[in-house]
Amino acid sequence: MKLRSQRDFLAGLIFLVFGVIAAVVARDYPIGAAVRMGPGYFPFVLGCILALLGFVIVVRGVLRDGPPLERTYWRPLTLILGAIAVFAVSVESLGIALATGLLVAIGATASPESRRYESAVLVAVLVAFTLGVFVFGLKLPFKVWPL
Amino acid sequence: MTELLGQLALGFDVALTAQNILYCFGGVLLGTLIGVLPGLGPVATIAMLLPATYALPPVSALIMLAGIYYGAQYGGSTTAILVNLPGESSAVVTCLDGHAMARQGRAGPALAIAAIGSFFAGTVATLLLAVFAPPLAELAFKFGPAEYFSLMVLGLLAAVVLARGSLLKAIGMIILGLLLGIVGADVNTGLFRFTFGLPELQDGIDFVVVAMGLFGFSEIIANLERRRSGHVAVAKVSSIMPTRDDWGRAWAAVLRGTGIGSLLGVLPGGGAVLGSFAAYTLEKKISRDPQRFGRGAIEGVAAPESANNAGAQTSFIPMLTLGLPSNAVMALMIGAMTIHGITPGPQVMSERPELFWGMIASMWIGNVLLVVLNLPLIGVWVRLLSVPYRLLFPAILLFCCIGVYSINNSAVDVVIALFFGALGYLFIKFDCEPAPLLLGFVLGPMMEENLRRALVLSRGDPTVFFTRPLSLGLLIVAAALLLLVIFPAVRRTREQAFQD
Repeated sequence: MKLRSQRDFLAGLIFLVFGVIAAVVARDYPIGAAVRMGPGYFPFVLGCILALLGFVIVVRGVLRDGPPLERTYWRPLTLILGAIAVFAVSVESLGIALATGLLVAIGATASPESRRYESAVLVAVLVAFTLGVFVFGLKLPFKVWPL
Repeated sequence: MTELLGQLALGFDVALTAQNILYCFGGVLLGTLIGVLPGLGPVATIAMLLPATYALPPVSALIMLAGIYYGAQYGGSTTAILVNLPGESSAVVTCLDGHAMARQGRAGPALAIAAIGSFFAGTVATLLLAVFAPPLAELAFKFGPAEYFSLMVLGLLAAVVLARGSLLKAIGMIILGLLLGIVGADVNTGLFRFTFGLPELQDGIDFVVVAMGLFGFSEIIANLERRRSGHVAVAKVSSIMPTRDDWGRAWAAVLRGTGIGSLLGVLPGGGAVLGSFAAYTLEKKISRDPQRFGRGAIEGVAAPESANNAGAQTSFIPMLTLGLPSNAVMALMIGAMTIHGITPGPQVMSERPELFWGMIASMWIGNVLLVVLNLPLIGVWVRLLSVPYRLLFPAILLFCCIGVYSINNSAVDVVIALFFGALGYLFIKFDCEPAPLLLGFVLGPMMEENLRRALVLSRGDPTVFFTRPLSLGLLIVAAALLLLVIFPAVRRTREQAFQD
């Protein structure tokens, strides 16, 4: 089977998956009746509609021509998401200063044009900025250092 | 009339305190700064800067956020004209003729017309807001749950019709948004829905987290993909003053742009983007010499720039009078108001007149500041634009992360934003506009609540939506909209309008 529009097919697949999950999970909640709608009613109906819609878009992706998928560049995708993940993991244990340092250091490598000495300067400047503006200036209640 | 003047005077009293002028100025400046940077739109900007306003009094916070919005709008056009990159989506059409003018060495007049047109449009739209908001709020008091539900149906349908790209996908995005919006404890029963055992999800997903993932993180990744070569050529700016011929061509375009923009800004899903597209298309249609468009026609800058600023202001009307967002930025504003303990809706005007009128007055002041600030600062923006993206994006990434983390000091929020960042990246790849999702996300809980309440009041009789005249009227308009889109002729024009 050849897909005529990968974009439609995959977008429809996302909707289909979310719709099915929503409908299946919502079935465990009391549905209630129209007079007193239970907490499951609205999400169940929406989930079914979304799944159906996703299915239609998937079918359309098989039948109707569309522009091809653009190439995925893995470097920015993985490094940006990775940098955010490292920030999320480290911010509560290492504190905001080190976590932002790691975030910028890893994130900067996502661009193929980044240069090592520039990134080092960026890390220093942005960590200083974070401490100056968010911690001392706006007094946001962050844990700053590992201790 | 005297009542209006009195209220405006109250507004200016509030807005003209040194503190509020300062926040308005700060908002406009920050908004312009970030708007100038390509690839970071007003939604991400506001979401990012929201934590900075937590500590402010509500009026000042809202004044600042509104300033960021139209500042970003304005900054986007500077980038469009000077480097042919839309700083944000409402400036896409400004690229066409604005950059063509810049290549002919007329960047100055293009920037000046954009500024003056925006100022004029902003003034008119602010007046419209002041005149039409009170009667609309009056009407909104007559709304029961059935009317609110029908209005939201209409709003979401309109957002679908007016969105760019595939209709089916836009509907899918809205429904997905509605579903994501109801994650968390159910208001009526306290049951935790879709929390998957995570205590962090019990209060629901924060809208800033969603916005930052969809509009912040995924944009950074997409920008890094698109910009394989980093150097942008920034056009030189010499003389600023438009010629007499420019004025002659531009003034009518400014008027038309203001009209279209004001009208479309009120519509759900409209806001600034749609107005600028429509205004450009109209100018091209009615021009005696359409050939000039795309080659530096000043009308092609004047009309969309006026329209997007007018639309940006009038999109506040449904938000301030009904408590319903007409676009993603207004959804964020509603979130910001909630954080400050204000429930958006018709009661804001009567209960917090200083807030309501202060905000309106500050919009006009913000527009004055924009003109005063921007023309002399063009040199600074040019310099800013020559900073390569490889140095900018780590800073944007940092601000986004800190913005998300600071909402609840929760690392889990950052992980959720990460998830939405990845999802947003897929949506960009698969041609799905993220804005309807955010709209659905904000409306989800409201819609369910009003649906339930309406049905309780009618004892489970679903015809209540058709028997109450106001509700019926709204649903008829919604049905008409849907029919219009299915109608092939209209569909073709819609596709064409977004092609240009």
